[in-house]
Amino acid sequence: MLKKLYDWIDERLEVTPMWRDIADHEVPEHVNPAHHFSAFVYCFGGLTFFIILIQFLSGMFLTLYYVPDIENAWKSVYYLQNEVAFGKIVRAMHHWGASLALVMMFLHMLRVYFQGAYKKPRELNWIIGVLLFIIMLAFGFTGYLLPWDMKAVMATKVGLQIAEQSPLIGGVLKTLLSGDPTIIGALTLTRFFAIHVFFLPAALIGLLVLHFYMIRKQGISGPL
Amino acid sequence: MKKGKNIKYVGDSRVPQDIDKNIPTDFSQYAGKTEPFYPSFLLKEWMVGAVFLVALLVLSATHAAPLERIADPNDTAYIPLPDWYFLFLYEFLKFPYASGPYLPIGAFVIPGIAFGALFLAPFLDRGPERRPLKRPIATGMMLLAIASIFYLTWYSVEHHDWEATKNQGKIVDIPGEDAPEIDVNADGYKLLVTYACTSCHGDKLNGGAAGPTLINLGLSSDEVTKIVKEGKGAMPPGLFKGTDEELKTLSDYISSLK
Ligand code: HEM
Repeated sequence: MLKKLYDWIDERLEVTPMWRDIADHEVPEHVNPAHHFSAFVYCFGGLTFFIILIQFLSGMFLTLYYVPDIENAWKSVYYLQNEVAFGKIVRAMHHWGASLALVMMFLHMLRVYFQGAYKKPRELNWIIGVLLFIIMLAFGFTGYLLPWDMKAVMATKVGLQIAEQSPLIGGVLKTLLSGDPTIIGALTLTRFFAIHVFFLPAALIGLLVLHFYMIRKQGISGPL
Repeated sequence: MKKGKNIKYVGDSRVPQDIDKNIPTDFSQYAGKTEPFYPSFLLKEWMVGAVFLVALLVLSATHAAPLERIADPNDTAYIPLPDWYFLFLYEFLKFPYASGPYLPIGAFVIPGIAFGALFLAPFLDRGPERRPLKRPIATGMMLLAIASIFYLTWYSVEHHDWEATKNQGKIVDIPGEDAPEIDVNADGYKLLVTYACTSCHGDKLNGGAAGPTLINLGLSSDEVTKIVKEGKGAMPPGLFKGTDEELKTLSDYISSLK
């Protein structure tokens, strides 16, 4: 039945070459933990991606209840945390997942760095990687404000003071992020929300497509 | 290296004539035990993913994400604290040459150099060697960076007053539940206002900016007296400047709050 459906679609759209390009390739021995246990270091990138998928999913469920305005943001999180069925677990997954994604990404970067896998011809992919790194830190920074509790606002205050230190663009950058030169309030929260759920995911997806395309094109680096 | 328009292939194949040392041999020429990605390797990846997911679920089910009281941007007594992965930067910015008038150095110059070097790593470390031991400068710099991050994080955790952090963020006004009734006409309550206890413990005595609740502590009057005199946690000793008699009234009152 499924096979028939597949053939029906394939006959019209020729999807086989597409998924072949994506998934039909050999995994060399030196990156396969089944052959060399130490090859588990090659899993870090894939695990980072897996957690990012979890973050997307849990985040989508959080927005079912979250309200990005200063009157209701905290109340909506409190409600989610204490009243909504499984709300506590979904929020905890998003919270711990964020830390875990950063840890895994850091380990992945260290694997690439210590193996010298960024060398020619993979320089460009390394640069994409550093951009991914910055995007992920930005996710952490903007997400921390969203519950609108004490720790959120106070840490964001400090963070914006740091952003202000950038030469020339410091003042503009701060105003751009917080919506006002001095006040951290309603506009700051909506901006951080928009950045966290629209701008950053868009950038992340774009960069990941480039990252994975380059890996497929160049293949994984050879054994040391 | 011949790529792009200069590439020379063997016969009419896609295998280039000169193989770059940095590019792994095509899998068809690979001597090792390769495995097709789809389906067998992907299946293994899914199993690793499943174990990972279960671990995350267990963590999430047992440890709730923290939520502090609703933000009050004007509360200046609150000591800010970032999430743990930014702690090292927060600690770093307390160093004398990275703070105050030197803040631009700590907040921009040093992080800028660090990220700049990370960006440029492939162009700074350009030799053909890939083994870490054969690239001592690159390896050494990264080890130094890791050590500093670990040290600063540890230092920050070690020297932070976690008790105070816990208290200052406590949720006091639970939505939908009013604060417990207290007798605000009692002499004890008036003393708490006179000696500014309420500035930390809240007008309703159910906790505030810097102090926990005073209601339903389950302490005897003498125990309360002792805490008032000797201090506790973030509360220093000797805040109460009244007479012994007043102290007794006050302690009796707190001890009686239910
Ligand atoms: C959002 C975070 C990231 C994801 C999901 C991700 C994913 C991946 C995956 C799945 C691979 C295949 C090999 C492996 O898993 O080890 C890979 C390779 C690579 N990644 Fe990432 N990555 C991320 C961040 C980074 C960062 C921060 C860097 C460096 C600064 C980086 C640089 C590279 C390079 C150079 C390769 C090719 C390595 C080789 O061929 O041996 N990536 N990435």
